Amino acid sequence: MTARAETRLWLAQRGSAAVLALCVIVHLATVIYAVRGGLTAAEILGRTRGSAAWMAFYLLFVAAVAIHAPIGARTICREMTAWRGRSLDVAMALFGLLLAALGLRAALAVFS
Amino acid sequence: MPDERTLQVKVWRGREDGRFQAFTVPRRASQTVLDVVTWIQRHLDTTLSYRYACRVGMCGSCAMTVNGKPRWTCRTHVDKVADGDILTVGPLANLPVVKDLATDMAPFFDKWTKAEGRFVPEDDRPREFHVVPPDTRERQAANAGIECIGCGVCYAACDIVRWNRDYLGPAALNRAWTLVNDVRDAGNDARLAAVAGDAGCHACHSQEGCRTHCPKQINPTASIAGLKRATAVATIKGRL
Repeated sequence: MTARAETRLWLAQRGSAAVLALCVIVHLATVIYAVRGGLTAAEILGRTRGSAAWMAFYLLFVAAVAIHAPIGARTICREMTAWRGRSLDVAMALFGLLLAALGLRAALAVFS
Repeated sequence: MPDERTLQVKVWRGREDGRFQAFTVPRRASQTVLDVVTWIQRHLDTTLSYRYACRVGMCGSCAMTVNGKPRWTCRTHVDKVADGDILTVGPLANLPVVKDLATDMAPFFDKWTKAEGRFVPEDDRPREFHVVPPDTRERQAANAGIECIGCGVCYAACDIVRWNRDYLGPAALNRAWTLVNDVRDAGNDARLAAVAGDAGCHACHSQEGCRTHCPKQINPTASIAGLKRATAVATIKGRL
């Protein structure tokens, strides 16, 4: 992989980490707030369904995860194992797509 | 009155598959680890191999592993590092062992070359001398890393070097950073391309083992962070 591509990956991981820091705080704070008063799953879904703001928030969250996790996993594989090269890059790209698909499925489930 | 105390010294013998050999050495006031190794070679075993030159912390050739930590031995006092009366001296980690305490420094300095760690003059001679005011940001950044003596202590202390043999290491990257901040230098595009990526600055975990052990109190981690910023800016601007 070229120096430019490696640097872009690094930038993407740093940028997605910044987004994740914010998203995780909002997500956890919301979870704690929501269960504090004893809200049921149905009541929570009643508030999230049709909410474009929550959908946009979770789409951003999922995108950040799908970018951040495979880049980090690729680095860990390269450092801790002998797995390198194109097969690793392709596997991590597929891992990112899988995370994106699973995340979108979950986000859509609370939206629609 | 002579000091009758002795020091129990374990010294690495052989190559990677060697072993520690025990020696008893008289303890002296203000004794350095290099004094101890030299005493063994002069009085107990002339076949002991090690490397040193200046003895005053300038040349960077006498670094060894002392009681598990990489140190410059000529300026490391026994009193400060001995575990009671026990001293263990081995070759620097992360480098091939030539024999006993002497390591092959070629991989270490080859990486300085790979990191474009040489000054690149401009093609055409400038009409005027470059003026480098000492208080500029670039000069301050270069000053922070310029006193490296190439001893290899940071390289031996770095876990990333241990994990990834291709990693350029703290010293080579620190050298590159001093040149990135040299306003007279014309080689930065090639240099930033050389130091980017998994074998370069982006592999650093910022654990600061290099900073902790550097005998010159340099902070290579900060230099590497500077390279991360510089390569990011170069990528965004399309120069990388």
